[in-house]
Amino acid sequence: MRWTNFFLIAAVVAALGVAATQFSSNDYYFFAAYVVLQYVVLATAWNILGGYAGYVNFGSAAFFAAGAYSTVVVHKLYPLPLPLLIVFSGIVAGLIGFGTGYLTLRLRGVFFAIATLALAVVLQTLIINWDFVGGSRGAYIIRPHTFPLLGSYMKYMFLVMLGLAIVAVSVARLIERSWLGYGLAAIRDDEFAAEASGVPTLRLKLVATAVSGAFMGMAGSPFPYIIGYVEPSSTFNLAYAVNAIAMPMIGGTSTWIGPVIGAILLGTIQQVATVTISSAVNLLIVGLVLVAFVIIAPNGLVGLAQSWMRKRK
Amino acid sequence: MAAILEVEQVGKRFGGFVALDGIDLAVQEGERLGLIGPNGSGKSTLVNCICGTLTNEAGSVRFQGRRLDGLPAYKRTRLGLARSFQLPRPFTSLTVSENVRIPLLYTVNAREHRLTSAGIDDRCAELIGLVGLQDKAEARPVDLTQVDMRKLELARAMAADPKLLIADEAMAGLSHSEIEDILKLLLRLNERGVTIIMIEHIMSAVMSFSQRLVVLVSGRKIADGAPQEVVRNPEVVGAYLGQ
Repeated sequence: MRWTNFFLIAAVVAALGVAATQFSSNDYYFFAAYVVLQYVVLATAWNILGGYAGYVNFGSAAFFAAGAYSTVVVHKLYPLPLPLLIVFSGIVAGLIGFGTGYLTLRLRGVFFAIATLALAVVLQTLIINWDFVGGSRGAYIIRPHTFPLLGSYMKYMFLVMLGLAIVAVSVARLIERSWLGYGLAAIRDDEFAAEASGVPTLRLKLVATAVSGAFMGMAGSPFPYIIGYVEPSSTFNLAYAVNAIAMPMIGGTSTWIGPVIGAILLGTIQQVATVTISSAVNLLIVGLVLVAFVIIAPNGLVGLAQSWMRKRK
Repeated sequence: MAAILEVEQVGKRFGGFVALDGIDLAVQEGERLGLIGPNGSGKSTLVNCICGTLTNEAGSVRFQGRRLDGLPAYKRTRLGLARSFQLPRPFTSLTVSENVRIPLLYTVNAREHRLTSAGIDDRCAELIGLVGLQDKAEARPVDLTQVDMRKLELARAMAADPKLLIADEAMAGLSHSEIEDILKLLLRLNERGVTIIMIEHIMSAVMSFSQRLVVLVSGRKIADGAPQEVVRNPEVVGAYLGQ
C-alpha cells in the first residue's frame, strides 16, 4: 500500500467518524468505540518496541497510568484543552520511557521484561503515596458535559482518540518503512550482528522505548475524563499490560496493520462481552484467544494471511 | 606501506582464564594476513577485541593511527573495520538483499553524502552480484545453503565498505569447490584494496591465501612471518601435533 492510499483510507475513516457523531445520539456507542481506539493506540505503541525491536514490555499499564496521572496533575493546576493534555502526557510518558530504557536496555530478553514489570510496580507505589493526585483514595475529575457543535463531550473524546489512533498508526508505519525500522528489525534478529553492521543499537532502542512510551501515555491521557474518577488499581490495571501484548500478537507483530487488526478484533469482542456476559470475562477471553493463536497462528492473522498467499503463488 | 591496524600488548581475561596475553600485531595496508591456532587459542577473542564486541583489559588497538579503545562496535564498523562471524548470523526475518541493506543504511550513509534510495538499491544489487547470490536476492536466510549463508555474511561485511575485513572461519564446513569460491571472492576483494585478515583451520586455504601467517597458542603469539617458514617452526608444529 502506498502512502497516498494509506492517507486516503485514513481520511475516509476520519470522515466516517465525524459523520457518525452527527447521526447517532447514543453516547454508549462512542464510549465503546473510544475504548477500542484507545487499544489501537496502546497496541500500536507496544508494537514499536515489542514487535519491531523484539523487546517485550510488560509495563504498558505504567505508561498508560503515567499519561492518565499527568492529566490529573494538569487538571488540578490549570485545566487545559484535551489535545494539549494528550501532548503533555505524551511528553511525560516519553521521558519515562527514555529513562527506563536507559536503565534497562542493557538487559536482554526475559530480563528486560522483568525490569518493565518492576517499573510498573515502582510507579504504582509512587502514585499510591502521592497525596496531590489522591494517593490510594483516588481523585475525582469533573469533565465538561458538552462540546460545541458535537453536543456531548463523549463524542468529542471519541473523535480525539480517533485522531490520535490515526497519528499513532501513521508514525508506526513511518518507522517500519524507514532506516529506523530496518535497524530495529536487525536488533530483533541479532543484536551482535546489528552492531557489527554499524547499527547504534542502544540509541535505536532508546528512540523506540521513548516513542512507544509516549504513545502509551497519550492513550491513557483522556482516561480520567472518561471515568471521572482515577485511582491506582484501575489505572495500573493488568488488563492494559495484557491487552497491549495480546492484541499485536493476535494481529501480527511484524507490520503496522497487525496491532490495528488485533485491537479492533479483541477490543470489540471485549466490549460485546462486557454488555452481554460480564466485564469480568474479558481477561479470560484474551487468555483463551491468545493460547489459540500461539498454537494455530504464531505469527498472528497477518502472518497467517501472508503464508496463505505465498502458498497460492 | 603504512600499518592499517596496530595491536599493542592486548590482554583479555575471562575470570581466572587468560584468553589473550600481551598480543602484538601490526597489519599493513593491502596485506593478506592468515591467523591460525588450535581451538581455544584466542583467535576469535582477539577479533572480538579488535572489533569492539569485547573490551580488552590491557593494551590498545589502533586503526589507521586512531586509538579504538572504548569505542563501541558500531563506530568501529563505520570507521572501516568489518568482520564476518564464525557462525553466520544473518538477520533471519529480512531477505538477502535487506540483510545487505542494513550496513549500507548505517555505515555508508552515516559516513559521507547520503545515498539516494536508488543508489542503495544499486549498491545492494552490486554486492549481491559480487558474491553470486543474485538469484536469491529475495530469499530468506533460512532457505539458503551453508555456502550461500557464508557468502551473505561476506556480502554484508563488504556492504560497510571496509578498509579492513576480518573473515572469521568463512570456510568452515564447506566442500572443496565451495572453499575455492570463497577464496576467489576474498582475493578479488583484496585486489580492490581491502586489507584482509583470514582466520581459518583449513591449512591449504590459509597457505595459498596468506602473505604472512600469525600463530596464536593459549592466548600468546608464538610465530609471525612468511607462511612457509612459520609452518616449519618447531614451536608451531609442537602446538598442533604435540611435543
